[in-house]
Amino acid sequence: MLQILMGALSLGLLWAIITIGVYITYRILAIADLTVEGSIVMGAAIAAFAITNGINAYLAILLAFLGGLGAGLITGLLHTKLKIPSLLAGILTMIALYSINLRIMGRANISLLRVDTAYTVFENMGLNHMSSVIVLGLIFVGSVTGILYWFFGTEIGCAIRATGDNPQMARAQGINTNTTIILGLMISNGLVAIGGALIAQSQSFADVQMGIGSIVIGLASVIIGEVLFGKRNFYVRLLSLAMGAITYRIIIAVVLRLGMPANDLKLFTAITVAVALSLPVFRSYLVPIKKSFKRGE
Amino acid sequence: MLDVKKVTKIFNPRTVNEKIALHNVSLKLEKGDFLTLIGGNGSGKSTLLNCIAGVYPVDNGSIIIDGKDVTNLNEYKRATVLGRVFQDPVMGTASNMGIEENLALALRRGQRRGLSWGISNKEREEYRELLTTLGLGLENRLGIKVGMLSGGQRQALTLLMATIKKPKLLLLDEHAAALDPKTAQKVLKLSDRIIKENNLTTLMVTHNMRDAIRHGNRLMMMYEGQIILDIRGKEKQKLTVEDLLVRFGAVSGEEFAEDSTLLS
Ligand SMILES: Nc1ncnc2c1ncn2[C@@H]1O[C@H](COP(=O)(O)OP(=O)(O)OP(=O)(O)O)[C@@H](O)[C@H]1O
Ligand SMILES: [Mg+2]
Repeated sequence: MLQILMGALSLGLLWAIITIGVYITYRILAIADLTVEGSIVMGAAIAAFAITNGINAYLAILLAFLGGLGAGLITGLLHTKLKIPSLLAGILTMIALYSINLRIMGRANISLLRVDTAYTVFENMGLNHMSSVIVLGLIFVGSVTGILYWFFGTEIGCAIRATGDNPQMARAQGINTNTTIILGLMISNGLVAIGGALIAQSQSFADVQMGIGSIVIGLASVIIGEVLFGKRNFYVRLLSLAMGAITYRIIIAVVLRLGMPANDLKLFTAITVAVALSLPVFRSYLVPIKKSFKRGE
Repeated sequence: MLDVKKVTKIFNPRTVNEKIALHNVSLKLEKGDFLTLIGGNGSGKSTLLNCIAGVYPVDNGSIIIDGKDVTNLNEYKRATVLGRVFQDPVMGTASNMGIEENLALALRRGQRRGLSWGISNKEREEYRELLTTLGLGLENRLGIKVGMLSGGQRQALTLLMATIKKPKLLLLDEHAAALDPKTAQKVLKLSDRIIKENNLTTLMVTHNMRDAIRHGNRLMMMYEGQIILDIRGKEKQKLTVEDLLVRFGAVSGEEFAEDSTLLS
């Protein structure tokens, strides 16, 4: 059982970075950005290609980040300059990335078994693979959280938040909302690509299919975090995203353990997210019921 | 300060829904002018303000603010010299951000936004003082989310945000219309005070003839995308609602009493 929990923790920490990326578009910019499904693979593909060609694993992660920024930039330009609805813009980039990722990798799958990954440093210090993933995961989640907490408190960060909150007001306050939307999408997809690069290295392969359903997993984690910790101040919210991602992994580990076929996972996740997103609707039914319970009716 | 030259705005051109919202509209405001703009529903008042603010491009004519031709300038660039308050209290502020954060966004209007803190401690003091002048007790609630405020509080805050950078031109689009009568009068009074204190050039749209007469030094009336009345100086001071109704009837050729919206 401990092994399962540790596994969920390690995977959850890596997914936390993706979850934070999804949060930036979904909650801060109020855009459901499907680019994620492609940029997670792009991060994995770039890192795998770079590492197998002898580039340092950390440099490879940086390259993956830059790739993600580029993916976000494309979606942002499609949406703001060409006026394509954000959902469609994300889908277009996602589809385009499928081919691009295949080109980067040269084939559908790259193994990272016999190369030095970002985790090798820790493994050389005597940690096993899973602990190494947890340590590096914690370092990344900690730094990303800290940097974003700072960034969204800066003038540019505030401008991005205002854009997602009320674009009309943002423009009236002299904010170029095209720029802020593009910036937000870039940062989000850059983070997602880092997540992809770290996941590929932890599972020892990059696969062109590995992004499928990632947006839903990201959303599930965002919502679980919010349900567990509420919508308190920004720092707590960022941390709750990581907790949401970890909790999601624990839930999945438990239901698999209880005998759910792995093939049904995506169906399970989709249903979970659908239920969570419709909670406000249910709540309006539940509140009167709860009240009548309290009154003892 | 503001020079609108023969501006025409057509919505959905060359379709069955074509609508000429502004037809060759010209208007000139001197520095310190306070113009109230009245007119029935759909007469083009909001469209005129939106064209001045750059929300959408004009089909013809030009707009000059403080000697600078802004006709082809983006909305966010024009915002540098403008202050705007909208009819809907939700429009002018970011609900999920704090009072001080909203003010800080406004204070940086027209400046390059960089990586320094979005709000400084020094500013907070300034905001506290500014909010104290509203007399709404907001000065002790700097951090709370604007979404928690009432419509009147939000409009008062939006007014502060619109004027914090001393705009060349203040655009008020029925900014008291969504409030209850008492709150509306408070917000109008506050607007008057801020405009006087800063000697702001102002264009205020209102549905209410009495308010239009009571405020400002000039008054214009719009009808079907055109300005049909332009009253200023002594004449404006002596103006009564009855005068206005008679003159509206004379110019528009319509039985004024039927346009009940003007009588509110
Ligand atoms: N975005 C738009 N697209 C199409 N038509 C529009 C648009 N905005 C305004 N119109 C039309 O232009 C005309 C002028 O509208 P406008 O909003 O300027 O009127 P108004 O004088 O502000 O009226 P109200 O007093 O009701 O606010 C109306 O017929 C309106 O239907
Ligand atoms: Mg209007």
